[in-house]
Amino acid sequence: MVRFGRLTDVPASFRLTGARLIDPCAGTDAVADLAVVDGVLVAAADAPRGLPTREVAGLVVAPGLCDLHTHLREPGGEAAETLESGSRAAAHGGFTTVCAMPNTKPALDDPARIAALLAGSADAAARVRVIGAATLRRDGERLVEMGALAAAGVVGFSDDGAALPTARLVRAALTYLAPLGLPLIEHCEDPSLAAGAVMRAGPIATRLGLSGWPASAELTIVERDIALADETGGWVHLTHLSTIGSLEAVRRAKSRGLRVTCDVTPHHLALTDAWVAGDRRFSWEDPDPDQPFGHALAASAAYDGRCRVNPPLPSRADALGLLAGLADGTIDAIATDHAPHPPQRKLVEFGAAAPGMIGLETALSLGLAAVDAGAFSMGRLVTALSFAPARLIGESRSLAPGGPADLVVFDPSASWTVSADALASRSCNTPLLGRSLPGRVRLTIVDGRVTFDDLASAY
Amino acid sequence: MSGKAPAWRHRHLLDVDALSSADLERVLELAVEMRDGDPAAHADLLRGQSIGLAFYEPSTRTRVSFQMAAMALGATVVDLGVAGSSVGKGESLIDTLRTMVRTGLRTIVLRHAMSGAPYLAAREVDAQLLNAGDGQHAHPTQALADALTLRDALGTLRDRKIAIVGDIGHSRVARSNLHALTKLGASVWLAGPPAFVRGFDAWPGICVAPLDEALRDADAVMTLRIQLEREAGGGIPSLHEYAARWGLTSERMLLAAPDAPILHPGPTNEGVEISAELASSPRSLIGRQVENGVPLRMAVLSLIGGAA
Repeated sequence: MVRFGRLTDVPASFRLTGARLIDPCAGTDAVADLAVVDGVLVAAADAPRGLPTREVAGLVVAPGLCDLHTHLREPGGEAAETLESGSRAAAHGGFTTVCAMPNTKPALDDPARIAALLAGSADAAARVRVIGAATLRRDGERLVEMGALAAAGVVGFSDDGAALPTARLVRAALTYLAPLGLPLIEHCEDPSLAAGAVMRAGPIATRLGLSGWPASAELTIVERDIALADETGGWVHLTHLSTIGSLEAVRRAKSRGLRVTCDVTPHHLALTDAWVAGDRRFSWEDPDPDQPFGHALAASAAYDGRCRVNPPLPSRADALGLLAGLADGTIDAIATDHAPHPPQRKLVEFGAAAPGMIGLETALSLGLAAVDAGAFSMGRLVTALSFAPARLIGESRSLAPGGPADLVVFDPSASWTVSADALASRSCNTPLLGRSLPGRVRLTIVDGRVTFDDLASAY
Repeated sequence: MSGKAPAWRHRHLLDVDALSSADLERVLELAVEMRDGDPAAHADLLRGQSIGLAFYEPSTRTRVSFQMAAMALGATVVDLGVAGSSVGKGESLIDTLRTMVRTGLRTIVLRHAMSGAPYLAAREVDAQLLNAGDGQHAHPTQALADALTLRDALGTLRDRKIAIVGDIGHSRVARSNLHALTKLGASVWLAGPPAFVRGFDAWPGICVAPLDEALRDADAVMTLRIQLEREAGGGIPSLHEYAARWGLTSERMLLAAPDAPILHPGPTNEGVEISAELASSPRSLIGRQVENGVPLRMAVLSLIGGAA
């Protein structure tokens, strides 16, 4: 029986034996026992006898996953998600931390609203951190009071949904943020190039008669922001990058020592623009040799609004480039851009569908599918989902004795079928619905508290 | 009628891409029968059936053509009166169509401004869907009427060179024609401003070329309507420049095969994509395209309706 817990639960005590412990902080990956006493990691040899013990051979223990980009939709979007449902989705997906994005209604642009959100999440099923809006009401005019928001606990600033509209505003934000040590998180999209576009430009958009979003819509903002990070010494974090060109720009910036970091979503790694035409192959699978012209569009799957996302699903070449960028470390982290929407926003004409898909509960599984396909190692996946993003927001992740138990236990060889019933999110807007994916989360522990437990049913 | 033909296996007509070349031949043959045969022979083919017209976008020729075709087959036509309904306001497309199905309609002719709308409807609504034009994606009955018109003029399309000139990228008629013409064996050449032909070189059997090359020895030439809003950063500096560089004129048509016919899905901007003189010349088949629209849609409706 699956059970969800809360941050306010009593810290757990137990022993796991025979697990594969992957600890990017220590650089270790070995089979070992692990003990938790009152929520604190204890060397297995030092743990008291009589702890509840579970034999978990074949399962992986990793630091708790950390999502840099989660739309929790509170306040204002409770029909799609709430702190309760969103944090449960996080726990089900193995996440112990989620960063709530500020494009709520109203936007998270003032300290009181941020304090309220943090207070409201005190008994959630995941640790909720907050990313503040970069401008008041997210209207791209005036910067928020960044110092006050930083004091209220935000871990970064973003007008996600749009890039800051002018280079001047980016320059001002990065200059002001540099001494605060917090990032400006940019959604890289030039609205003049992206206007009217509903999918990635390319042969498939041409085939489908849908307006195409050119790669330059992302790259022009990426290059602008890198130039300004260079000039100001500020930290820019480029979120949900989707093109090879952007990665090359980030690679150059990093090689010059600039404070530039980036993330990619699971769906931009695994899915491609062919999904809009109804194809359902992952990017690493052999492509349909006849796509997109060789056969009729399938009424069952073409123009599915659940494939509409921003930035749009990439070309296969770009998706493969993103997989390589994750493998070689150009991409710092995987972030879900979990974007719940109610059915009425998705069961509409493709161009009218709200962009975005849910991702918290499928991120690890898509990553494991990529590992199975040889795109990158298990260790790299765990790092990009846990240790690396956590470090960007100042959280530690370690499996060493003495620290708080903040971890996920998952079975990489089990599979599950994505379904509305299986999802803890209030929304089920993902084209993966109905699909069997590898990897099942068995246990999620936040700061010693069990937030998700499916171990009992496994054995 | 086509008594010996196998049952038509397509529940919907969403685009020409789903039809085999044998399917295409069958539609065209049946359209000729509908056009040239005794009207009484098919006057009751769809008697008792109701066909709903859901035109979310203004249309005259396509709507009237479907109405005439349905009535000629004895069907009852119900105009759902959704014109002017816009996305984001009021009832969703799916809710509207589901309501119509509850009233007993089983066949819906859908015209919609957004590409792919009929695919959504086909998957979510328990009705047969006929695509009467969706966004920039497809307009299968127009393409089939064009194929019929071309076949009337050229005898066959096999190995014939057909040039399509203009705003291919924004044209649902062109896209459906690319499927139809290539399936019927034609070699298709595209020409137009770069922004209007971009991406089509990846389409098998299609050649994107400078205008002169596309027109040279073409057996027929189709030109497309240029939307006035394309001037503002939409692909061309001005309509005047478009007319000068890509407008079809008698002089340019000297490159094509002698008396090569000219098609245009209408309505035309005379003096822009086609000169007034050419549009009204004997080689213009613009009127024939409209005339063929009715028997072609009769053929499609009777096949979809299981009556042919």
